[in-house]
Amino acid sequence: MSSYVPNTDLQVKEMLATIGVGSIDELFAEIPASVRLNRPLCLPKGLSEPETVRKLTDLAEQNISTAEAVSFLGGGVYDHYIPAAVNHLLLRGDFFTAYTPYQAEVSQGTLQAIYEFQSLMCGLTGMDQANASMYEGGTALAEAVAMAQTQTGRHRVLLPETVHPEYRLVTESLLPSLGAKLVSVPMEDGVTDLARLAEKLDDQTAAVVVQYPNFFGRIEELDEISAAAKRVGAMLVVVANPLALGLLKPPAEFGADIVCGEGQPLGIPMSYGGPSLGFLAAKTALLRKMPGRIAGCTRDVRNQRGFVLTLQAREQHIRREKATSNICSNQALMALSATIYLSLLGEHGVRTVARQCFQKAHYLRRELEKVPGLSFPFHGPFYHEFVVKIPGAKKVLDKMAKEGVFAGIALQRWYPALADCVLVAVTEKRTVEEMNLYCQLLGGLLA
Amino acid sequence: MVPSNCKYTKDHEWARLEGEKVVVGVTDFAAKQLGDIVFVDIPQLGTKVEAGKTMGVIESVKTVSDMYAPVSGKVVARNEAIEGDPALVNQDPFGKGWIAEIELANPAEFDRLMTPKEYEEHVATSGH
Amino acid sequence: MNFPEPLIFEMSQPGTTGFTLPELGFDEIDPADHIPGKFLRTTLPLPSVSEIDVVRHFTRLSRKNHAIDVGFYPLGSCTMKYNPKVNEDMARLPGFAALHPYQPEATVQGALALMKDLEYALCEITGMDAFTLQPAAGAHGEMTGLLLIKAYHYQKKNKKTKVLIPDAGHGTNPASAAQCGYEVVTIKSDAHGGVDLDDLKAHLGPEVAGLMLTNPNTLGLFEPNVEKIAELVHAVDGLLYYDGANLNAIMGWTRPGDMGFDVMHVNLHKTFSTPHGGGGPGAGPVGVKKHLEAFLPCPRIAFDGKKYKVVAKAKGSIGAMRTFAGSFGVLVRAYTYITQLGAEGLKEASSHAVLNANYLMARLKKHFLLPYDRFCKHEFVLSGKPQAAKGIKTLDIAKRLLDYGFHAPTVYFPLIVEEAIMIEPTETESKKTLDAFVEALEKILHEIETTPDLVKNAPHTTPVGRLDEALAARKPDINFFQRPAG
Repeated sequence: MSSYVPNTDLQVKEMLATIGVGSIDELFAEIPASVRLNRPLCLPKGLSEPETVRKLTDLAEQNISTAEAVSFLGGGVYDHYIPAAVNHLLLRGDFFTAYTPYQAEVSQGTLQAIYEFQSLMCGLTGMDQANASMYEGGTALAEAVAMAQTQTGRHRVLLPETVHPEYRLVTESLLPSLGAKLVSVPMEDGVTDLARLAEKLDDQTAAVVVQYPNFFGRIEELDEISAAAKRVGAMLVVVANPLALGLLKPPAEFGADIVCGEGQPLGIPMSYGGPSLGFLAAKTALLRKMPGRIAGCTRDVRNQRGFVLTLQAREQHIRREKATSNICSNQALMALSATIYLSLLGEHGVRTVARQCFQKAHYLRRELEKVPGLSFPFHGPFYHEFVVKIPGAKKVLDKMAKEGVFAGIALQRWYPALADCVLVAVTEKRTVEEMNLYCQLLGGLLA
Repeated sequence: MVPSNCKYTKDHEWARLEGEKVVVGVTDFAAKQLGDIVFVDIPQLGTKVEAGKTMGVIESVKTVSDMYAPVSGKVVARNEAIEGDPALVNQDPFGKGWIAEIELANPAEFDRLMTPKEYEEHVATSGH
Repeated sequence: MNFPEPLIFEMSQPGTTGFTLPELGFDEIDPADHIPGKFLRTTLPLPSVSEIDVVRHFTRLSRKNHAIDVGFYPLGSCTMKYNPKVNEDMARLPGFAALHPYQPEATVQGALALMKDLEYALCEITGMDAFTLQPAAGAHGEMTGLLLIKAYHYQKKNKKTKVLIPDAGHGTNPASAAQCGYEVVTIKSDAHGGVDLDDLKAHLGPEVAGLMLTNPNTLGLFEPNVEKIAELVHAVDGLLYYDGANLNAIMGWTRPGDMGFDVMHVNLHKTFSTPHGGGGPGAGPVGVKKHLEAFLPCPRIAFDGKKYKVVAKAKGSIGAMRTFAGSFGVLVRAYTYITQLGAEGLKEASSHAVLNANYLMARLKKHFLLPYDRFCKHEFVLSGKPQAAKGIKTLDIAKRLLDYGFHAPTVYFPLIVEEAIMIEPTETESKKTLDAFVEALEKILHEIETTPDLVKNAPHTTPVGRLDEALAARKPDINFFQRPAG
């Protein structure tokens, strides 16, 4: 057992003498007897480090991870290759054991990295500004919608069915308190039904949300959706996969006002869904409506370049109940992962990963088209995820998992109409052999 | 320094009558309290403001403060110079740092504002 | 460390890359045949840098940071305790780090068991009946808790519009309440630094949804009237929210659940040693008493005696605060810490956090103003008013401490103390370190008498000197691709 307390008994005695008490207990004397815990905590005895490692390793080994199984799971979290350098740099204690950079003079490393992160997200999305991070994709969307509400003074928000169901659920859970009226828009062939969207748009609409690529991997008609939103003065909020933007045109070029999303694909372990990385970028007009921290470049008293947290008057520690958001802790270390990842890959690497994801997903889709019994509910452009209908999907997925292949996500839990439909994701990490194995196993099970 | 040609609010705004319009800004005292002003959110032209209610926001490096309308009326001019150079409010709060011009809806409201002497006393008892 | 480091964009050499991938292994198709050209990207403004240059860039940046691994970090309200290395190893075990959130339940039994066990541990430590591990940070936990309070009142058809918050509360409290649609009412502190009971009574009414309280409060003082406060708030059917930011003071000694709190969050990145990462990720699990359990967000984890299950939906639930079950990697670290410390270790941690704080307070109170002279808990607040009278601001002292290799304490918070200096040493610092910190402050106090400009112009030894924050805010330069002119 270790509580990482370094003081010796002798030092404790000296300290108590300086304070002028005889025991540590006296320091707790003002806690009323009625609320004291008069028994030890009912928790296991502390363990030594080797015992702790054994216990945790045992738990880890009860799982079958994607390090053992082959994963075709997506839905916002993807099994991309993470270069070794990312983790090595992340493990530098001067990064991960630092606090929020409130004392800028001794936080230039963190601050400059945030500035670089903001710039990289602007580079990918084409937007004017980005913040230092949000929690994850769902909360980033909720914040984006809240921004659009504040900026337009309107409260109606169109949230198509093709947006990640969990992001929609998070938005529905968080936003009604701020007066948002969320309106669903049905889909047609796996993309937002434009006619129905047009019907639902009115001059009280604050924002239209669209995911790019959408939850099913499909590429929405961003230009038309954008034009429709602009006609009524609504903002266009795009939920984007940042790595897909290595292949796809940046949302800014379609007139997006706010771009947000999940940054996990950028060098962050899946880690059962968290910690991951929410990102939020916007047009200049929204600068003072942005939630969260922003790092800015400035000069110091010696006229050297330096970085500070800036525009802090938006934030809770200054503005309290009038702040743009209550966010304080963000996902700084994950933003650092993304910054390192994007720096290592660079333009060439990001383009290559995005292209390979696209190529491999299309390869698997072509091969699956040869497997009898399968069908494909949607037709049209997709990036690295697609939907396949597998008869008896639930059982098939379980059997494939037993064979070491996580074959996809059953969609019925969110879309009752998509019974037996499975969302399949393919990243650059999957090999031809793995994809062929997928087809063989599936063919065998359906035969 | 409290100019004698203005009237004042307890929240440290000043108002100067010019015909049927009132030029408004924040006082030297307020500007000093706020420190380096970095941004002023000035109401758009045509906005109807109400005496004693928020008409804008003044942001400094470490704090942010609502600006309350000294009188009710319509905003008929805004000082766009301070949008580009908010430091003007620190440098010349009663002059180049003016914030907006309001078309006075109710002259009695202006009369009710603090006189320079009353405001001086108010500042003296505001601590600091 | 005083070398200028270029931006990663300034290091770019087109044609270079720090990354390789294997060949596809099949014939490529032309994306333009499958995706309309209007959706395909042309330019991509990312830097091109070799691996060694990327590694050097970030290593050099890291050396410009102060961090717990570098030195003492007495930041009040932040609990900058040592972040054990073994936590990092455990979170990186492939059996944890390489789990996808949509894997079949049967393949994540170890992860679910860990989370369920962590819920039990947090219940026992706090005296709550149930926990959700979903919230991503303290403020997110506050929002969760307030939505739970809202759901409770909604179900009881209570018309509640206000949330009471003491003036010493964290800034996130009023911000969270406002985000949940509540009007915020500030309650004064009394002469002893506790909640002013008369002011509380004056503001209590049928419209009060609840009170958010930190105990010990942000002055580091235990609220001795906590039971009375709970009774008063409950009398109007208000609920009591516990801001767990200061839980490190009381583990094993007393529990929010036993003090009368109905709902609370825990900052795993404070009390339970998970790293702050330069600002996050944190984790803010929320605990509730029985009467709020049905409202907890989903997914929740259930155990039927044999298997763990993920419950994706539940009647009455406030919904989902975020995607998936929580910041699992952070949960693994906190669980590792609790496993290692066990019951006695956790109590020992709190005992020594309080001992260290009182020791520092005893040594420093002769030099500064101590507005509330009582035994503190894990932190205490001094006032630099005597120094300010001599023309040296608290900020100057904070900056000069950086030259001595220490991080500054939290300054100018809580707002109710002028020139506040809020110090939280944590239990993982030795007497020797604390003594060195006192000596540094004593030297600075001497400098104030002899060479005040040295203090006023500090820091001198850091990678940069004081930065022009007004310039940063007036001409925002926050995106390399759109730098302001000049």
